[in-house]
Amino acid sequence: MYVAVKGGEQAILNSWRLLAEQRRGDTRAPELTLAQIRGQLGLAVDRVMAEGSLYDPELAALAIKQAQGDVIEAVFLLRAYRTTLPRLGVSLPIDTGAMRLQRRISATYKDVPGGQVLGATYDYTQRLLDFQLAAGGTVASAAVAASALPAAPRITEIMGSEGLLAAETPAADDPAPRDLTREPLEFPANRALRLQNLARGDEGFLLALGYSTQRGYANTHPFAGEIRQGTVSVEVVPEELGFAIEIGEIAVTECQMVNQFAGSATQPPQFTRGYGLVFGACERKAMAMALVDRSLRAEELGEAVTAPAQMQEFVLYHSDNVEASGFVQHLKLPHYVDFQSELELVRKLRARYAAAQPKSTDTAEAA
Amino acid sequence: MDTATATPLAPGFEQRVFDSIKVFRALADAMAHPGEIRRVNARPPAPTQLMPAAAAMCLTLLDFETPLWLQTSHASVADYLRFHCGCPMTPEATQASFALITNTLTMPAVNTFNAGEPEYPDRSTTLMIQVESLSNASGVRLSGPGVRDAIYLDVAGVSATYWRELQASRAAFPCGVDIVFIWGERIAALPRTTRVSC
Amino acid sequence: MRISTSAADTMEGYNFAYLDEHTKRMIRRAILKAIAIPGYQVPFGSREMPLPYGWGTGGIQVTAAIIGPDDVLKVIDQGSDDTTNAVNIRRFFARTTGVKTTERTGEATIIQTRHRIPETPLRDGQIIVYQVPIPEMLRWLEPREAETRKMHALGEYGAMHVKLYEDIAHHGHIAATYDYPVIVNERYLMRPSPIPKFDNPKMHMNPALQLFGAGREKRIYAVPPYTAVRSLDFEDHPFETQRWEHACELCGATDSFLDEVIMDDRGKRMFVCSDSDYCLARREKQQPAVA
Repeated sequence: MYVAVKGGEQAILNSWRLLAEQRRGDTRAPELTLAQIRGQLGLAVDRVMAEGSLYDPELAALAIKQAQGDVIEAVFLLRAYRTTLPRLGVSLPIDTGAMRLQRRISATYKDVPGGQVLGATYDYTQRLLDFQLAAGGTVASAAVAASALPAAPRITEIMGSEGLLAAETPAADDPAPRDLTREPLEFPANRALRLQNLARGDEGFLLALGYSTQRGYANTHPFAGEIRQGTVSVEVVPEELGFAIEIGEIAVTECQMVNQFAGSATQPPQFTRGYGLVFGACERKAMAMALVDRSLRAEELGEAVTAPAQMQEFVLYHSDNVEASGFVQHLKLPHYVDFQSELELVRKLRARYAAAQPKSTDTAEAA
Repeated sequence: MDTATATPLAPGFEQRVFDSIKVFRALADAMAHPGEIRRVNARPPAPTQLMPAAAAMCLTLLDFETPLWLQTSHASVADYLRFHCGCPMTPEATQASFALITNTLTMPAVNTFNAGEPEYPDRSTTLMIQVESLSNASGVRLSGPGVRDAIYLDVAGVSATYWRELQASRAAFPCGVDIVFIWGERIAALPRTTRVSC
Repeated sequence: MRISTSAADTMEGYNFAYLDEHTKRMIRRAILKAIAIPGYQVPFGSREMPLPYGWGTGGIQVTAAIIGPDDVLKVIDQGSDDTTNAVNIRRFFARTTGVKTTERTGEATIIQTRHRIPETPLRDGQIIVYQVPIPEMLRWLEPREAETRKMHALGEYGAMHVKLYEDIAHHGHIAATYDYPVIVNERYLMRPSPIPKFDNPKMHMNPALQLFGAGREKRIYAVPPYTAVRSLDFEDHPFETQRWEHACELCGATDSFLDEVIMDDRGKRMFVCSDSDYCLARREKQQPAVA
């Protein structure tokens, strides 16, 4: 006798417990601490903060621990927490020109005022598995400058002064950017809104889209004008004070791509830019974001919109990994009612098909 | 409220969370049953110019995202709503998300307010009109979504001209204003889908 | 202006029904506009919920914005109260609101559903909240929202009719079996969420208020009570619902939507009501002792 599945609640509770056990793993090995995750899985922490749209390394580390290192699940955990936080105010725009630099490179000039600063990068490591790490051991300390690096002008400012680069100054009536975590997207989306979307977008998605522009799906002829990474101050103007006070500092990575632009009837030939800004040390993401930002400017620059990376709705509606992950995985949920409807239809169509066949080919369908 | 300062302001909802859900459900029920008179079942202390249902509706729906147009600018009403709802006041009827009308004899024409755009008809003004009485015993005949057959609504102080204007404005559907008539603790709603015949 | 309402704090640290009051207010305004413009998709500032997108975040936000302490909540998925997602959502509201929950359609004041409308007719005063994955009926014909929005503004639905007519040309009938397009109040083309077309007629002139929430897509729409909901069809190909050659093998119902349950690996099947409450109530009536 058929009995409907019961006990869903008990199954869910047991699943939670099983998951907790699985997360902890072999209890003979010491449990991970948040300090270890923050300190030794820093790039994962940065990615979770960037895509989780919440600058809090401690909570990001917790999310990574809870998610067993599944970065998208950790982003989801952080987002769900973020949504419950009150909004107390809005900061002033950060000044990346005053960044306390840890890394700064330009591909467009051999040397630049302020210098090229290689900083910590995987770029020139030889990607050989380091078996000494497996054994554990001490790390040789790096030589660092005695004093902090001075703030360096952004390369785009230097180019801009020559008129080679299209100016990007906010309009006098520059409206406050909308907050897409509070209001739904609306098209056409302005650049502020697009950048907001890309900044929390999935790194893999932006990477693939940016890559597609390099392979000819809307080539933007990019040069990495400058990539800088370091810390910047965050300031707010409390209403009761009327002047700015610093509330802390955050680490960010900024990328300014410089792109060729042939000019139009109203504009001289000059370079245009694509912009990327991400929490933490997320260089790959910042670069991909800058490529995609420039592609999305096609319409405003009078370029033909032909490739996915140029299509606002396509990019902005599919960049969010929490949305994408949920919807792809919702296919796990029961769909048997709709499937039943389809079953009925397919059976009916098959019956009609069989009836329409001449007698001698009755066996054809079985074959 | 964490303010302890002596203020002449009336205090608003006693139980913010539970009062506002009660009022919202009455509003949704009224909007889903055009013309049917409902009680909001909340009497937040408020300036005398605000009827209890009007105060309750404002406390439930208004905030910094909803510009409010006031027919008469009683300082006490404006202060009360600014404090409790944080809503901006706008002198432009076309900019208003909500409009509070306290005198039906001098109220502006229906088309003074924002009817939304064909692509975004939801961005229209909701009118809150305080009236001297409401009755389902007689009055104009209403029909449309939410009304099973027909219902009658008598609104004291609303002229035949106004009803005709309102009915004429329905031609612009999906654009249009939605109306909540308010009498004391009672409300009756007229969404833009409701047909009015005098 | 934050008031500490300790009575409202059911789950520690969270407001009654999880959402903060500002978010509820924004959703409530959207719901009122949705009721006023039947079938039109009102954009709203959908929040990130602690459940995944695609798993009912829209329905959950709508329910959270309308639920009060006196409500009685029923949650179903595929017509059943005991599927894991329904259990999980019901649990979420039990924890965050403390309201009474039920499996009985008749007892509920709010019914949140995925993919079905209960067989027991709804009554005036009840609210049914549908979880909607894709709210835009025109999406498969035109993926760009900028375009579909224009089509809705103009009531220009020719493309939808052409699509259905092509079905008829190819298959001899309209191929849609669920998510079957409807016109609300003779104006807006609306996606009924993926309910089987068997349920479409129940939407028409239903005495209950029908609310639809799409969280990931950030849209809310509504069908007020006693509102015309017409499934698209053609004079020579009128709309028809599915019919079964079987009755429910548990309760004998011949008027309900049936699930096909596979009994063994030799293809043995049985057909039972998808609406578990309806089926149980019928069995109880037939054999009170068994209940």
